Order: sequence, then C-alpha cells, then structure tokens
Amino acid sequence: MSSARLKGIVGAGVASLLVFGCANLGGGGGMAAKSSSGIPLGSSGPHAVQPLPDRPRFGKAISEADLAAWNIDIRTPDGQGLPAGRGSVAEGKRIYEAQCIACHGADAKGGAVYGTMVGGIGSFKGSPRVLTPGSMYPYAPILFDYIRRSMPMDRPQTLTASDVYALSAYLLNLNGLVPADAVMDQNSLPRVQMPNRDGFLIDDRPDTKAVRCMTNCK
Amino acid sequence: MAQNDRRSFLRKTAALTGAAVAGQAGAAPLAVPQSAQEPGRIIDETAYGVPSKFEAHVKRRRSDVLKNRQNLSDWSMTPLQHQPGIITPNGLIFERHHAGTPDIDPRTHRLVIHGMVKQPLQFAMDDLLRYPSVSRFHFHECSGNGLTDWLKPASTTVQQTHGLLSGVLWTGVPASTLMDEAGIDPRGKWVLFEGADGSAHTRSVPMEKVLDDTLIAYGMNGEALRPENGYPVRAVIPGWEGNVSVKWLRRIKVGDQPWHFRSETARYTDPMPEGKWRQFSMVMECKSVITSPSGGQQLKGPGFYEVTGLAWSGAGKIRAVDVSFDGGRNWREATLEEPIMDKCLTRFKVGWNWDGSPAVLMSRAVDSTGYVQPSVQDIQKVRAIVGFVQHNSAIQPWSVNAKGEVRNVIGQA
Repeated sequence: MSSARLKGIVGAGVASLLVFGCANLGGGGGMAAKSSSGIPLGSSGPHAVQPLPDRPRFGKAISEADLAAWNIDIRTPDGQGLPAGRGSVAEGKRIYEAQCIACHGADAKGGAVYGTMVGGIGSFKGSPRVLTPGSMYPYAPILFDYIRRSMPMDRPQTLTASDVYALSAYLLNLNGLVPADAVMDQNSLPRVQMPNRDGFLIDDRPDTKAVRCMTNCK
Repeated sequence: MAQNDRRSFLRKTAALTGAAVAGQAGAAPLAVPQSAQEPGRIIDETAYGVPSKFEAHVKRRRSDVLKNRQNLSDWSMTPLQHQPGIITPNGLIFERHHAGTPDIDPRTHRLVIHGMVKQPLQFAMDDLLRYPSVSRFHFHECSGNGLTDWLKPASTTVQQTHGLLSGVLWTGVPASTLMDEAGIDPRGKWVLFEGADGSAHTRSVPMEKVLDDTLIAYGMNGEALRPENGYPVRAVIPGWEGNVSVKWLRRIKVGDQPWHFRSETARYTDPMPEGKWRQFSMVMECKSVITSPSGGQQLKGPGFYEVTGLAWSGAGKIRAVDVSFDGGRNWREATLEEPIMDKCLTRFKVGWNWDGSPAVLMSRAVDSTGYVQPSVQDIQKVRAIVGFVQHNSAIQPWSVNAKGEVRNVIGQA
C-alpha cells in the first residue's frame, strides 16, 4: 500500500464496535474491530488496567542522545531516520565481495546459504514469485534499515552508515534500479522508485465465507 | 518422524496392542514391579527436573520438509500429538529466530521507550519486576504454521503440520502501564518493537492493540522466559502472528505511522491474486486440528477412541468445534473442555467407535465472532497460494485406512 493511502486510513479511521451474535449456523462473522489505521484488531479483551492510587513509576529518564546507538530504525516510505554518510555502487561491490558473498553468492545471484537477491521484477503474477529486494521492497530505504540492523549475519550492526549506503547502491544497481555511477545517501535513497511500491493491500480479512453445514455437506 | 521417534512409537504401540489382546484373552496375573521393591532416587535439590527417560521422544523438531542451509534463521516445532491439555511445557514451546538465540544478562539488559512520548524512559529488569503484574493464558502461533502443507501433504505428523503453535501462561507488565508512564503523544498511532538479538527483529504495531492487551512479559508457565523464547523480556501481543511479539525486547518507539520494515513488506505478507500482497495481516484466525489420532499414528484395531484436538482464535473465544469422520460430509459437535479463554488454546473431545473401515477425520472451529474455520478450497478462492504462504488456517484432514494407519491428506479430502 502506498504511504499516502495509509495516511488517509489513519485520518479517517474510527474503531468500530465488536460484532457478536452471528447466527450459530451462519458463515461470515470475523474481526470487526479495527485500529485507527484500519488494521483488524481481533477481539478486544477485558484488559483494563486498574489505576493505582499511588501509581508506581520506576522508569528512569533517558535522553534521545543517550539512546542514539539503539535508535536505528528508518521510516522507510520517506527515509526519516537515515543518517549522514554516502556510498557508491563500486564501493558497495567491494564491501559485498568481502562480507556478503560467502552466503549470497557472486553478483548476489544466490550462494551457499541464500537464494538470489537480483531479479524477479514482473514475476508476481505468475508462479513462482521471485522475491528479491528489487522485486519486493516497496521503498528503497528498507535496504538500509535491514542491512544495518541484521547484516552481515556473523557481525550485525557493525557496518558504518556509508558501508550500508554503498551496499544499498550496489544491490539496487544489480536490480537495474539505479545506474552504475549512483551514490546513495539520505537524500537520494528515498527517491529511488521501487517497482512494487503499490503492490500491497491492507489486511481486509475475514475474507473466507465458510458455512457451518452439519449434514450432507459435500 | 525420525527413526528414534518411530521406534519408540512402535514400541509403545506394540505394547498397547499386546495389552489389548491379553485383555481380550483374560488378564494375566500381575507381578509386583521392581519399583515397589527398592528405594527410588533421592531428591537432587540442585538439578532442574526433567521428564522421565521414557518420554525422551517427546521433543521439539525442525521441519522435515524444508531443509534449512543454516540454523540461525530457523524454527523448531511443538510435539502437539504428545501434549495433553492446553499448556505447552517450556522445553517444548516452538521456536522461531531470525539470527539465533542470544544469552542476555538480565543485570545489564535495558528496555527503552522513546519517540513520540513526553519523557523517554529506560527500565532495568529489576524495575520491570516491581510493577503490578498480570498473568494470562494465550495461544502463540507463528504465521508460517502450516506453510509446507497447503495443497498436498508434505508433512507426516501434527508436529510438522501444526507445531508452530503453543499454549502459554504469560506473566508481565501491561504495556499500557509503561506507555502511560512515558506519556504518549496524542499523534502517536503506531508502536515499534525491537529485539536485542542479532537480527534486531522489528515490527510496527497499532497503538490500540498495544494499549488493549499487550504484555511486556518476563514469565512463562511459572518461571522466567526461556532464552529461546525471549529471556529476559519480550512483547506478547495476544492472538496475533507470533513474530510481532518481539523477543529479547530492548526498544519500544512511538510513531505516527508504520515503519514498513522488511519484516512487514518483503516478509510476513500474504500473496494475493493479481500479483498483490496483503500487509499487516496480524490476527491469527479461528483454527483447529485433531491431535489424536493424527498423522503418523497407528490405531490399535476397531473400537473406542477419544478423538481430541485443539482449537483457537485470535479474534476471541472458541464457541464450537465440529468433527467429521467422513471427509467433511457430515459433522458432529465436539465437547469443549473448560476453561475456554480468550485467544487461548481450547481442548475439544469426541468419542468415536471405529468400525475398522477407512475414514477421514477433520475438525472445524467456530469462534465467538461467528467466524467458521475454512477449508483450503475456501481460502484458495480468495488468496493466491504460491510460494511460502503464511496464515494457513485451513481444516486439516487425517485419513485412517483399514490397517489403522493415520495419514495427512491435506488437499486430497
């Protein structure tokens, strides 16, 4: 789903009441309660917390500056949170071949452990759907967020921001989404147009309509 | 079923069959067992109690269908066929990690809440343990449960088809208590949960769910979380796909929109027709499975069997479970065993006199919203079943042949 669409849902949403009392033998029913963002919530439990007269407060104040090393998330539709630094396709290729190739293979086409990270664009209407960063990610900053937090698998959260930008540039180039001379940074990365940007639908279940038939059902 | 498991199972089966035959022929005189004629083991106060050595075959197993080439982003499955009741023992609760299990020292671990809050806060484990606690029973299920067995049978046992499922009594602090202390900015609509493991696994969760029933949990089934289940602290988001209940929780951040991480775009999304993907499909829908008799088991000849299994729904309580013995043509309502709790495993049972002829057993659950568990064919009508598909909540058929062999026949019945 596009971020614009989701914002629209956030603006419009009002959580609806749970619907009970569907006929015992009827179909349908389901998860009527939704968040303000339109996400089905399931049932709302009897979970109100009793406020205590002397509500305990054991948290200790911390500044955003003091937790900066942990504050690694990127809001990927617009790149909010992307740090300073920059990296080129060529630098990315060098880092990839030193730190990633053992699992992901040459040119990110798949290796000893994982399948390809290249191609698959246009494959989703057939079978198999080939999932790669190029074919699947709706927003390019997902590359930065994921590589920085999780890769390389044997030493995650050790790459510099510029290393991560370079690897992002390299993988985007292998997928034909940026030119060979591209340089990624906090301004250029969110501007890369990803082919699956509009490929997502928000949860709209229940989508099945099974009926509680008891005799001679088939 | 592994060779050891199979041997053990066959041994038990043979023993039971022998007893049944003897019973028909008239009981043999009972000898005084050796256990009654000698002292047992003394108490070992320093050891953690473990099951009988005769139960050694009851253990978690990885998938036999998918051969993982590394064991860091991996999963193991609960032996539901051996679980009585609705609670899974801690050593048998399924595992799903994205970068292995860390060993985190609770004395140095910190949880922070920040972002769109009045005052960012950090908590040590000692701090969290001082808050008023709550304990709640809930099912916990991976969204990938059943992904190997959609259209044709690939797995043998219910452990392999449905074992990414466990029943747990969680203990912790309501997330709302901690969020309230930090002071939520009224614009804050989404909440990020992030782990301290090597994947820093992260998900975006709507604020309403966090304030409703999310727990910041440090206990499971009467003891501290196990390392593989998030020690020392994790999120528990009841009724939703397991991976949003982030383990080894280190960070909670409030934002005004979802982050659209890899874990909620490229993964944990559901293929839909026309090349589309369904996103933020969080609720685990109403589902059930017969755990006995189930795939790989062997009936011991015609006669009485208690057919039993588990039912659960992320949308509420279980209202009813129906069981069919003829492949879904006719159904009989099973007995639900108390307690029946919100977003929790519910045990169902129905007596069956097997006449020795082939049968196909199925269960179908209905939840408190009136939603009826679908068949694979029902799901196929509205979603695309292609690749590693999440959210398989389909009716599971088990066939019984004239020899009493029980087999997985998903997609064939």
